[in-house]
Amino acid sequence: MSTVTPTNNTVAPGGAASWVDDRLHASGGLSKLLKKVFPDHWSFMLGEVALYSFIILLLSGTYLTLWFKPSMTEVIYNGSYMPLKGIKMSEAYASTLNISFDVRAGLLMRQIHHWAALFFLAAMSVHLMRVFFTGAFRKPREMNWVIGTVLLTLGILEGFAGYSLPDDLLSGTGLRIAEGIMQAIPLVGTYLAMFLFGGEFPGNDFISRLYSVHILLIPGILLALVTVHLIMVFYQKHTQFPGAGRTESNVVGFRLYPIYMAKAGGFFFIVFGVTTLISALVAINPIWLYGPYTPSQVTAGSQPDWYMGWLDGAVRIMPNLETNILGHTISWNLLVPALVIPGIMFTSLGLYPWIEAFASGDKREHNLLDRPRNAPTRTALGVMAISFYLMLWFSGDNDIIATAFHLSINQITQTLRIAIFVVPPIAYKVTKHFCLGLQRKDRELLLHGYESGEVLRLPHGEFIEIHKPVSLEEKAVLMGKADIAPLPAAPAIDANGVENPAARKEKARTRLSAWFYADNVAAPSAQELAEAESHAVHGSSHEEISAH
Amino acid sequence: MALSRRHPAALFAVLFVALGTTGAAYAAVSTDTAPKASVASATQVDQGKQLFLEGCSSCHGVAAQGSSNGPSLIGVGAAAVDFQVGSGRMPLAGPNIQAVDKPPVYSEEEIAAMAAYVASLGAGPAIPSDEAVDTTNADVVLGGELFRTNCSQCHNVAGRGGALSNGRWAPNLMSSEPKEVVEAMITGPQNMPVFSDKTITPQEKKDIIRYIQELQKSNNPGGADLGRFGPVTEGVFIFLVGLGILIVISVWIGAKAR
Repeated sequence: MSTVTPTNNTVAPGGAASWVDDRLHASGGLSKLLKKVFPDHWSFMLGEVALYSFIILLLSGTYLTLWFKPSMTEVIYNGSYMPLKGIKMSEAYASTLNISFDVRAGLLMRQIHHWAALFFLAAMSVHLMRVFFTGAFRKPREMNWVIGTVLLTLGILEGFAGYSLPDDLLSGTGLRIAEGIMQAIPLVGTYLAMFLFGGEFPGNDFISRLYSVHILLIPGILLALVTVHLIMVFYQKHTQFPGAGRTESNVVGFRLYPIYMAKAGGFFFIVFGVTTLISALVAINPIWLYGPYTPSQVTAGSQPDWYMGWLDGAVRIMPNLETNILGHTISWNLLVPALVIPGIMFTSLGLYPWIEAFASGDKREHNLLDRPRNAPTRTALGVMAISFYLMLWFSGDNDIIATAFHLSINQITQTLRIAIFVVPPIAYKVTKHFCLGLQRKDRELLLHGYESGEVLRLPHGEFIEIHKPVSLEEKAVLMGKADIAPLPAAPAIDANGVENPAARKEKARTRLSAWFYADNVAAPSAQELAEAESHAVHGSSHEEISAH
Repeated sequence: MALSRRHPAALFAVLFVALGTTGAAYAAVSTDTAPKASVASATQVDQGKQLFLEGCSSCHGVAAQGSSNGPSLIGVGAAAVDFQVGSGRMPLAGPNIQAVDKPPVYSEEEIAAMAAYVASLGAGPAIPSDEAVDTTNADVVLGGELFRTNCSQCHNVAGRGGALSNGRWAPNLMSSEPKEVVEAMITGPQNMPVFSDKTITPQEKKDIIRYIQELQKSNNPGGADLGRFGPVTEGVFIFLVGLGILIVISVWIGAKAR
């Protein structure tokens, strides 16, 4: 090695850069990365909002850890917020008051942290809707969908942990409910709650335990999963909407460097700026009004943050049912709304890509997105799920709705108990109807063009409206519709006249497939398109006119 | 300089003298009407009875004994009348689940007369004196503790009101007068329990009023308070305003590339 004469055989663009590259040999991989092409659509930036909110949360959260004391030791408040001076409270609450009133920029940082948390979960939820409604979860991206589901679940838990840390009246009320939910788990519930709280509620340990979960455990997992989530987006390439020149095997857009670097970098500062602006202008969780947590106190309008509202709502509308078996109480009133329903919701969310693939029998890779109307059953299911979620959310706000609109809280609860079963199927039907209508419109546009508004009078006196073919760009979008035929029923008897044992098993699948795809409005075939084109060339046919 | 010929305090001095003179003159003229509420004269009771028979007896009965439409008023005291009629809750606008506060229908004098009449029917809580609502020596910290322990479960921790069962509600306290607060505590109007002077001492009532006054100041170190309804309005805000702004910007950034 020592005999090799040192030579500089690379043409370095800059001294420092080449010094680094000589040691890391990263330029090859980096240039590949920087040349990566990303497609452009506003809805692709919703996930970015979630990512940037997460970064803001890490930064503002670090600032808060410098002053927050996760301890339930009782102290006497002696800070500058006069109406609480001299009151006994936990050190956690006292330090949160201290951050709010005596630490420079402390209140702004607290509000940034809290608003960013609401942003994080709101952006994740809307990003999830985008991925769902466009079918971006289909092969090969099922794994990333599952990671996303886990991120959302952990994000909700992380948010709730943060909401619980200040140890104010609202935090404690939320934790009391959380403890109740834990206790509702059959057999092990009581032990679990005792174990987590270190004895009877509230105990002296829970805040410090929750703190390490909130600042270390969950953020660590979130950070790791976000990284994997992003690497997979890079590695599998981003999906794109159908359009001119876009196929399943290319990506039309701009390179990461310089366009997306600038766009994404700029967008980060916009998200940070908007979050800071909101935090500077609008108060969030004024903990000083709530006072320290005391089990003997409660306030009207005790609600969790929005992302837990649906869970609170499920508990609020659940009828009060309990069973006593051999001296052991099973609290259906908590078990069902707080554990069974969320379990079903998140499990079916995570498994959805496989459910749909099972119904379609589709094993192809999909890099082109579906327009929501072109997957009517999926879209309708999504809207149905959203309406279900909203009903639960309204249930969680029943007292605020009652106060704001002068309604009876009992009637709201009764109405929502019915609406939770009635509204989602209606939402499903209506959405599907809309999607199929839009599909028919698209088919119409492809075959007959759009209504130009020009009216022509024929020699024999008849009036017709001239239809013009859609633009090439629009045609490419419309032609991007990929029809999936329902799976054919497996023959009940095979070629030798023997009963096919698989047929019975396949029956449910065929039925599911038909439910998903049977009423789809087929895209015009090549032959239909060719015929339509010849009509257009030869002028309007009678057939076309009578269609209107 | 010509502008600074007058002493800076001259304006305040003039104002002080003017207000002092007006006040003194008013006091001299109205000395005989000032302590009217404390001693109910026979004519006042008669006037109150007349007003009662005209405006209240259809529900409360001609002898205030109550009917199927309204409770007996014997022993409810002057404070109850002053609160219910003074806040416009009575006379009832219509048969409803709960009386709504609205601009009072009767004049102060008329209310005092009706209060005197009802007080003459049986012993009950009297209208609180000015001393009873004087908060100069009240303890805001203790008031906050008492408020959170006794009031916030219905009126909300910031006094913004809340829902009760079957369409009833605990009202917003942001425009409540100290006298109304004490009257409500000692008479327990609508669905509110009575907080007698044994449960919450007169001094503690002053502390609570002091804390409510603190809440009414609506000092918001954190910015706009979104109605102080708690996390629900914050959630609505983040979707409608926060995410709304960012989606508009996303569309703008996405559109620029075409």
